[in-house]
Amino acid sequence: MADTQFDLIVIGAGPGGYVAAIRAAQLGMKVAVIEREHLGGICLNWGCIPTKALLRSAEIYHLIQNAEEFGLKVEGVSFDATKIVKRSRQVAKKLAGGVGYLLKKNKVTIIDGEAKLKGKGQVSVVKDGKALPDVSAKHIILATGARARSLPGLEPDGKLVWTYKEAMVPEALPKSLLVVGSGAIGIEFASFYRTMGVDVTVVEVMDRVLPVEDKEISTFAHKAFEKQGMKILTSATVEKLEKSKTNVTVTIKDKKGKQEKVTVDRVILAIGITGNVENIGLEELNIKVDRGHVVIDQWCHTNVAGIYAIGDLAGPPWLAHKAGHEGIMCVEKIAGQKNVHPMDTTNIPGCTYCHPQIASVGLTEEKAKEAGHKVRVGRFPFQANGKAIALGEPEGMIKTVFDAKTGEMLGAHMIGAEVTELIQGFVIAKTLETTEHELMETVFPHPTLSEMMHEAVLDAYDRVIHS
Amino acid sequence: MPIPILMPALSPTMETGTLSKWLVKEGDTIASGDVLAEIETDKATMEVESIDEGRIAKILVAEGAEEVPVNQMIAVMLEEGEDESALEGFAAGGGGGATPAKADASEPAAAPVPEAQQPAPVTPTQGAAKVFASPLAKRLAQQNNLDLARISGSGPNGRIVKRDIEAAVAGGGATVSAAPAPSAVALAAGPSDQAILALYEEGTYDIVPHDGMRKIIAQRLQESKQTVPHFYLTLDCELDTLLAVRKRMNDRSAKDGPGAYKISVNDFIIKAMAMALQRIPAANATWTDAGMLLHKHSDVGVAVAIEGGLFTPVIRKAETKGLADISAEMKDLAGRARQRKLAPHEYQGGTTAISNLGMFGISHFSAVINPPQATILAVGAGSPRMVVKDGAPVVATVMTVTLSCDHRAVDGALGANLLGEFKAFIEEPGMMLV
Repeated sequence: MADTQFDLIVIGAGPGGYVAAIRAAQLGMKVAVIEREHLGGICLNWGCIPTKALLRSAEIYHLIQNAEEFGLKVEGVSFDATKIVKRSRQVAKKLAGGVGYLLKKNKVTIIDGEAKLKGKGQVSVVKDGKALPDVSAKHIILATGARARSLPGLEPDGKLVWTYKEAMVPEALPKSLLVVGSGAIGIEFASFYRTMGVDVTVVEVMDRVLPVEDKEISTFAHKAFEKQGMKILTSATVEKLEKSKTNVTVTIKDKKGKQEKVTVDRVILAIGITGNVENIGLEELNIKVDRGHVVIDQWCHTNVAGIYAIGDLAGPPWLAHKAGHEGIMCVEKIAGQKNVHPMDTTNIPGCTYCHPQIASVGLTEEKAKEAGHKVRVGRFPFQANGKAIALGEPEGMIKTVFDAKTGEMLGAHMIGAEVTELIQGFVIAKTLETTEHELMETVFPHPTLSEMMHEAVLDAYDRVIHS
Repeated sequence: MPIPILMPALSPTMETGTLSKWLVKEGDTIASGDVLAEIETDKATMEVESIDEGRIAKILVAEGAEEVPVNQMIAVMLEEGEDESALEGFAAGGGGGATPAKADASEPAAAPVPEAQQPAPVTPTQGAAKVFASPLAKRLAQQNNLDLARISGSGPNGRIVKRDIEAAVAGGGATVSAAPAPSAVALAAGPSDQAILALYEEGTYDIVPHDGMRKIIAQRLQESKQTVPHFYLTLDCELDTLLAVRKRMNDRSAKDGPGAYKISVNDFIIKAMAMALQRIPAANATWTDAGMLLHKHSDVGVAVAIEGGLFTPVIRKAETKGLADISAEMKDLAGRARQRKLAPHEYQGGTTAISNLGMFGISHFSAVINPPQATILAVGAGSPRMVVKDGAPVVATVMTVTLSCDHRAVDGALGANLLGEFKAFIEEPGMMLV
């Protein structure tokens, strides 16, 4: 007879759930994690990781196409879409296996099935229509994640109208593609397909692409994407999708109300996500849900004692690293650890792996001003950085935002090569509450892209050297 | 060749020390064995003697500097016949040693001035606590004129972070200027959080973070006990007359609707204290360095226990108010205090205060004065007790009260007079009408 009594049950083994489970096990709890599909969740299987594999193929393809710029001669360049997809799947599979290993190593019980809250501390599990024994625990963390949002008239069919899931495993590349939504997910696919030579149109309802990013970064990205041949329609909405056998005719309305019809092979819907709140027993326990997300307090506690929610299920920002951080914080709080602090969302970085890459942390210049800060802003262009030029990546910029009075770093915004790897420097700085003073005093290695971070700080205080 | 004077290691485990005092100044001629400075470690204060002779050319670490690493150069001495030019070459050549001291001087928050001015704590075991704070917290503290030593940190391992400064700013506590500057009493810092935690086994306790109210209670009452010289006067009051009057008055109240009232014993106490202060105006006082404030009205604060702390809302001009008004006002203030919905002007100021723990059966206790008030009355439970009347034991309902007085403002006899008047009003409530 399998164990049915635990200290903690985690529902969902995505990047929030499995991390929470491991941390709880480290703290001496007896933990079970229940997963209906894949260990590692969307992130590992259908999100962050496989898309990075696809984008790496695109990046290499792009470099080879520009080989001559580097003095290299490559002829007859071509690609095999199925092999690109296959590599992406292998990468995901390898990592999912890794999650299983980590859970076992930490003696976390893995239950394969679909979980539902049954009552206080009780969870029922169903596998392929058959009920497994109920399990119980004093604490239950809901980490069921989220899925692509759809709107009436904008429903995916998996064939012509895709979500991220189909977009990740194309059998062949379409000739033309329309991406609805220019958040991180939409833009990454737009970038991948465009680099692979597909004719890409992006439709964004807001007045700029990547609307959560700093306005200057959005504008920079917009120009860069257009230069690559992407067609971008902002302040525009998709009115109608008319499907034929092999293509889709999309009616797009611009901000003046003018309608335009575009016919494309495929459409990708990337208009946000919605929490997986259905069929997990929320209603039965009267757990509060607001607009598709479970309502939590600063410690991820729901309105029902002993039940917690983390990650995408609990609301934005919809980021794997936010889910993991919440999972750890929530478990440490349950275990009564000292020095546990609520998450500060202004210290959570966001990364988009398009070309050029985008990364940011904290407040944008506009948001900082809205919040009443008098700001000092610094900027530094990739064009003036030796390493960027040597890499053949002169496109990009780094922007810093400081509170003029206190010197607090309010935000950092980057676009350009490898910025997703650079941003952590500013995240550490922000988390440690450094001011401009410590950042200016820091010695950055030469020649690196990171020198631009230093210069962008210096620029905010009119001390920039190389620009 | 100039002679470097280094931070000595006073014990095998010493890594840093506080330069608490320089006993020499630049230009002084030094003989071998002269005492140069006092160094304070977490264990003791010790003197540093010179092993060389010469002249102090330059002091590199300022008095009061904390956490000076062992072997850091703290001063330079010149040998006989050498002049400052020798020093220049030396400082440049010896670069590494001199730089940290210079960096310290330019670091805005490295050595807060007020700390440096404070004399070293008397007991050697209580060395100045090391202050851990984020760079932003240090700068915010400086900009808001806050003393980091008086702020408790909520960051990793007790580090002071931005939110702690914001809480201190919101609470109005810990400002440097709030410390009484001219009399400059060195307030002993308690043991550090780490020292306290070290005494308990990990996992045997929970840590509940302080909310703003807890921090203010801690700050203000600690400040009160450390800066206000308290003394206490205790007296018994007989309540039987008051209880009878109260019953007759309450019996005459309308059941409900406008004009209905239900006067409590505490309402009588508020009124009696207000009236007593009017009789003894010298006790209705507040100490300030410049002069004594003598208040014209009796603004009586009343401590209200709430979840997680207490508030002391103030009944203003209580001497002018009838018992029913005081009762209604108290009900309203106490209700809103419990919901934490009082406006600051409703609990700030006041000329005295009442803390009543009678409902808990406490027979007597003494309360901590809530500055800037000069007195607080601690009220115990009224209970039947044997008293001697006309040489015979009889039973009376007796309530013991203890008046805490700020001796700077209210002397013993004055406090006794005030308490005597209070007792007279309580034992013969009708006198409040006179």
